[in-house]
Amino acid sequence: MTVRFTGKKPSRRAFLKGTLASTAGVMAGAGAANAAGPDPLITEKQDWAMGTGDGVDATPYGLPIRFEDDVIRRNVEWLTADTISSINFSPIHALDGTITPQGCAFERHHSGAIELRKEDFRLMINGLVDTPLVFTYEDLERFPRVNKTFFLECAANTGMEWAGAQLNGAQFTHGMIHNMEYSGVSLRTLLEEAGVKPEGKWVYVEGADASSNGRSIPIEKALDDCMIAFKANGEALRKEHGYPARLVVPGWEGNMWVKWIRRIEIKEIAVESREETSKYTDTLADGTARKWTWVMDAKSVVTSPSPQSPIKHGHGPLVITGLAWSGRGAITRVDVSKDGGKTWETARLANPGQPMALTRFYLDTEWNGEEMLLQSRAMDETGYVQPTKNMLREVRGENSVYHNNCIQTWWVKADGEAENVEVS
Amino acid sequence: MSKYRNLLIGSALVAMAASPVLAEKLGLGRPALPEEIAAWNLDVSPDGTGLPVGSGSVEDGEAIFSENCAICHGEFAEGVDNWPKLAGGEGTLADKDPLKTVGSYWPYLSTTFDYVRRSMPFGNAQTLSDDDVYAITAYILYSNYLVEDDFVLSNENFLDVEMPNANGFIVDDRDTSEAHFWTEPCMENCKSGDVTITMRARVLDVTPQEEGAEEEAAAEEAPAETAAPAEEAKAEEPVMEETAALDPELVKDGEKVFKKCKACHQVGEGAKNKTGPVLNGIVGHPAGAIEGFKYSKGMQDFAESGGVWNEENLAAFLTKPKDFIKKTKMGFAGLKKESDIAAVTEYLKSVSQ
Repeated sequence: MTVRFTGKKPSRRAFLKGTLASTAGVMAGAGAANAAGPDPLITEKQDWAMGTGDGVDATPYGLPIRFEDDVIRRNVEWLTADTISSINFSPIHALDGTITPQGCAFERHHSGAIELRKEDFRLMINGLVDTPLVFTYEDLERFPRVNKTFFLECAANTGMEWAGAQLNGAQFTHGMIHNMEYSGVSLRTLLEEAGVKPEGKWVYVEGADASSNGRSIPIEKALDDCMIAFKANGEALRKEHGYPARLVVPGWEGNMWVKWIRRIEIKEIAVESREETSKYTDTLADGTARKWTWVMDAKSVVTSPSPQSPIKHGHGPLVITGLAWSGRGAITRVDVSKDGGKTWETARLANPGQPMALTRFYLDTEWNGEEMLLQSRAMDETGYVQPTKNMLREVRGENSVYHNNCIQTWWVKADGEAENVEVS
Repeated sequence: MSKYRNLLIGSALVAMAASPVLAEKLGLGRPALPEEIAAWNLDVSPDGTGLPVGSGSVEDGEAIFSENCAICHGEFAEGVDNWPKLAGGEGTLADKDPLKTVGSYWPYLSTTFDYVRRSMPFGNAQTLSDDDVYAITAYILYSNYLVEDDFVLSNENFLDVEMPNANGFIVDDRDTSEAHFWTEPCMENCKSGDVTITMRARVLDVTPQEEGAEEEAAAEEAPAETAAPAEEAKAEEPVMEETAALDPELVKDGEKVFKKCKACHQVGEGAKNKTGPVLNGIVGHPAGAIEGFKYSKGMQDFAESGGVWNEENLAAFLTKPKDFIKKTKMGFAGLKKESDIAAVTEYLKSVSQ
């Protein structure tokens, strides 16, 4: 329902677990120091080296080992009235690479995650078509299939940070994002099966859940790269991501990626539904609002070090890493600043940027306890450069809620702790 | 921005070329029947297409709104807690904290009708008649001082209603208003003088605490006490035996049924009153007596008359809430199947601690 972005009255000071753990480790000094004595983990025989472990069927469908049980989605309770119409955040501070495992990929529901069996799934195409059609799930699987990796970012990602630094952790500031490899059918294929009439300019899509989450998409985009996906990262979509099938709208705001999709209507005009008028429109400083701001601007964030992922090792080599993405195409370059944006150095992309998918970057560097004001800045193939928060505010004010793609600053302190800050 | 546009077109061509080439239709799926299209094709557009024939008055709307919507949106559409405010906020859009409501922000009335008909009330969607939706829409307009109290909204006069913020929107203009973001990035001496911190998240302190962090810290401080929980568990055993008389299959079924209730009611440890009261221990509990919950007048009367949520009363209430307690705040239509009522009652017993 309503998502609040203006903050709430301060509660009692919240210490993150990682922060607590960090203070001890940092004092140890450089990593290459000589050992004080033989390491019992090496010199003594360990249980795991003598006995046996679990048999093959101990967990028929495995979950992460228990030591990783803090790598989970998290919710910010005060944002919404109820978890049924709410959002949570992917633990991007603790992940690496680019693929987000489904089990910790953020969720956004408008009337809860529904359970819809494949047998009960129906997809209708109606409106300005030659033949209105109904497909079953089985029908979808018989169309030629495509495999593509795309990020999905909620338009409200970083929305709580417009008026100032608010949430202390990359998960909370930037975690309304995930990146998956989708298998499914191109929307174009389905639309061609029904035959779009020339006067059809818009595609209205809605889900089977009570919210329906209807959105209007211009026909050009629908015929370009949209997909009806039924698998993600090789396995069936999770219930919370729209099982058995969802829409994929590459590079465009997550709200358009309708889950549990049940109907596609070809229309002459946009429906101007609740989700494209009262929500997902961006109010400017003078009170007018932008609508149809579908594409996600180029953006990046340092995921480590960050408030939930402080530097726990001593001085010496340090890996700075993060994610970059753009709804307009591939990431071509990411720069990192340690001094709040005065000087920049170009980071290494783990792999060449792929269009509308997450790109991992690394800066392999040296840290000797100096304070850093850590920032990253993404560039995409169109030449767009991720702006500072002040540059965005100059154009958009502070009430946009959505589409905050500003450069993020982490203040890394001498003890390795990090904090979300704004800088001059 | 021509560079950017050309690139976009370029990538679109690549994407099209990469998708499978279809020489002809595959003949998959089947034609949609007119009845099927009629059942799902409910969207209403700004030009009025999709509006059903019907009408509803502000007067009727007030009563329907009070029964179905006020629990979240307030009697005057002013909103309760974090639920959306539907009225007020006129003239606030350029303020520091704009209040965006149907009256102050929504550009088209069709959106209200479309959304209420398709998705409201929350947890009980698609149960209102078209006339009810017209009436609710009329009442929301009235709450925003956009129509008089004798107004009747219908498909005939729908497009005559003027929405105050109809002209308050512009189409995405980022590639012109933000053209300066396409630039050559600065690498050195990009800021003059010292960079200073102007705001800190820690000062505001609204970040959720990591679950388990507190307990772990406590455990580290007092390792000697780890034996205590086991003894506590023993002390709880008699309670466990009492609940063991429940039919576990029925409890499981009831948990599924309870999904319908979860939008408003919480159960279990740490449950709080939300739109509806906490339901721990509700079976056998005096009615209208959950601490901290504001009950309707009807429920208060039932409580005063000595009403208790025994299984009989609960079954009657759940069958048709508004028949059992007139003016109950519970916006739920009721459970149709007796088996669902039995199951959810069994589930509620299982959470009765």
